[in-house]
Amino acid sequence: MAEVKTAEIKLPPLKKLTNYPEKLAPGHRLCAGCGASIIIRQMYMVANALGYELIWANATGCVEVCTSIYPYTSWKSPWIHSAFENAAATIAGVEAAYKALKRKGKLPTDKKVKFVALGGDGGTYDIGFQSLSGALERGHDFIYVCYDNEAYMNTGIQRSSATPKYANTTTQPVGSESLGKPQHKKWMPEVAAAHGIPYVAQAAPSHWKDFMEKFKKALLTEGPSFINVFSVCPRGWRSKEEEGILVTKLAVETNYWPLFEVENGKWRITYRPKNPKPIEEFLKLQGRFKHLFKPGMESKIKELQDEVNRRWEWLNKLEQLSREV
Amino acid sequence: MRPEVIKEVTYVPYSGNMAAAEAMRQINPDVVAAYPITPQTELMQFFADFVANGLVDTEYIPVESEHSAMSACVGAAAAGARAMTATAGPGLAYMWEVLGIASGMRLPVVMTVVNRALSAPINIHGDQSDMMGARDQGWIMLFSENAEEQYDNLIQAIKIAEDERTRLPVMVGMDGFVVSHAIDRVRLLPDRAVEEFVGENKPMYSLLDVDNPVTHGAVAMTDSYMEFKRQQREAMLHAYKVIREVGEAFADVFGKKYEHIETYKTDDADYILIIIGSTAGTAKAVIDKVREKGVKVGLIKIRTFRPFPYYDVMDAIAASNCKAIGVFDRAETFGGAAGPLFGEVATAMFLRNKHYPMIDFIYGLGGRDTNVNHIEEAIDKVMKLAAGEEIPLVNYLNLRE
Repeated sequence: MAEVKTAEIKLPPLKKLTNYPEKLAPGHRLCAGCGASIIIRQMYMVANALGYELIWANATGCVEVCTSIYPYTSWKSPWIHSAFENAAATIAGVEAAYKALKRKGKLPTDKKVKFVALGGDGGTYDIGFQSLSGALERGHDFIYVCYDNEAYMNTGIQRSSATPKYANTTTQPVGSESLGKPQHKKWMPEVAAAHGIPYVAQAAPSHWKDFMEKFKKALLTEGPSFINVFSVCPRGWRSKEEEGILVTKLAVETNYWPLFEVENGKWRITYRPKNPKPIEEFLKLQGRFKHLFKPGMESKIKELQDEVNRRWEWLNKLEQLSREV
Repeated sequence: MRPEVIKEVTYVPYSGNMAAAEAMRQINPDVVAAYPITPQTELMQFFADFVANGLVDTEYIPVESEHSAMSACVGAAAAGARAMTATAGPGLAYMWEVLGIASGMRLPVVMTVVNRALSAPINIHGDQSDMMGARDQGWIMLFSENAEEQYDNLIQAIKIAEDERTRLPVMVGMDGFVVSHAIDRVRLLPDRAVEEFVGENKPMYSLLDVDNPVTHGAVAMTDSYMEFKRQQREAMLHAYKVIREVGEAFADVFGKKYEHIETYKTDDADYILIIIGSTAGTAKAVIDKVREKGVKVGLIKIRTFRPFPYYDVMDAIAASNCKAIGVFDRAETFGGAAGPLFGEVATAMFLRNKHYPMIDFIYGLGGRDTNVNHIEEAIDKVMKLAAGEEIPLVNYLNLRE
């Protein structure tokens, strides 16, 4: 496994980061308050600062449909959308082409390029899982970024395996016999890490410096990286457009969305809230959990809090254990 | 530079899979992504050996599924690489969604399909229901009668796919086991001659050109989608010409001519058989035999199935003394009048406004044997049809009834 030597490469200060030319052009059709476009722009800031050109494969989803409506495109980088479930396999082909053409001397470019596959939770956790797993196992030199908005938002808020327990979705709605989705969220970064790839991280755009450091590491890593990024969806979460970053921040501050990384098998929590807030703080800003605030639902909220605590404890144990191994 | 293995025209005892792998070695594609599936498996094993021994400088991706094989080919071809793969039956079915993406994006991917039956019930043996099922996915489709044709067709397919007028993917089918695994006499061409014949791939756009970024696979709404599809039809019309030109160029260099169809003793034929694939070879032997008895039978072998050579077929029929036709279908069309090839020939008649008595034979499904006796039996039925006897539209060969 290649060692990631990233400490000496520093990102410039925020003022400089924001001054690079935009490569996700304005005028895309993503909803107001969408987390995904913020995430992409933060990724570009890092790539720009380090002089990398990004070559994208985008799974079908919100970002894809909103940025590529013919005859327009929002992408000032090479970009391909092939299908819902094959962003990782598609980028594997692009990366292989790069290697082959370089080797044959048919690619006269000395530019630093990095291959990025981008998908929502549906295209990552569910239908795209097989091609992602295959590409990670084969060790292609690419970064897979999942913008996790916790449901199939593009098609209208249907549940995914990333949807948290008790969230109201259109395919597992709240009703007289249902409290919404019956299962907890899949722990996808853990699954990605189980592939033994050099770099895995979980991040949030509210904690932008942390995310940018992680994307920087992924850029500098040879081989596959996987980054799971929390991506607010005001439409699907029934949250206020202007509160997206606040909701994101609360996800982190409640330990609902822990920030961590797995670097060459070493687990590390990259941010520890000083006084973690109760899960209600995160839930109450979102209409998808509205039914949990009715009288008699206290045990359900407690159940979610227990899951958060359990996961946090587990991550701490992983961190400790991997340090010892 | 990779070593030159075959320096002059050589005759070898090769299976279809060996011949196809040899063609891929000589083509030396930039990227090959493939998943093993019977009866294609050994083709990719032969190719993997070439990779392992430095006989190609291909980037080889042993993917986790056929869906990803075609997806990686899409990515590679969009990046400007020459991309190839191979599959069979269920593997082709699993690629189905991505087949339309490759053709819709106008990416010149070339693939061998070792024709195999589809489940259920599961069956690993040969028939053509896989490619017939993928018929409308916008791929150029060639079929081979034997191992040498598979080899020759693959080499031509590269040029057909990459021609500026087509820019469409090509699949080349050969019958599972009877061609893919049976040893046949194959004429191999010199490495350098093949390299020169296929030439350089000159992609129009590349994802690796970061200075001129392109968006591949955009969303097309109701205001533009139909225009894209219309252009694909146009590209197929061009393909008809390009396939012919490449066949002529192949003949100029290598002395063997390939056309959309191959006619065998049709000029004076009273009865015509129309067949795709390996059974055409058996039919030729049967035709020679029955002609000794004075029965004038001819054969039209379909090489190009998409774009379908309607006028070539009808011109060949019109130039004969045709009294009746027997079409051979190695695939079913459930709920249709007869098999898929029958439908195409019927359309050809419509296009020329000519009508001939015609019946269909469903044969060889799931690898069921079709021998000389069965073809003789079919000829007998076609003769009866010509004589005015009532024969069912659909007839099964070698079916236990």
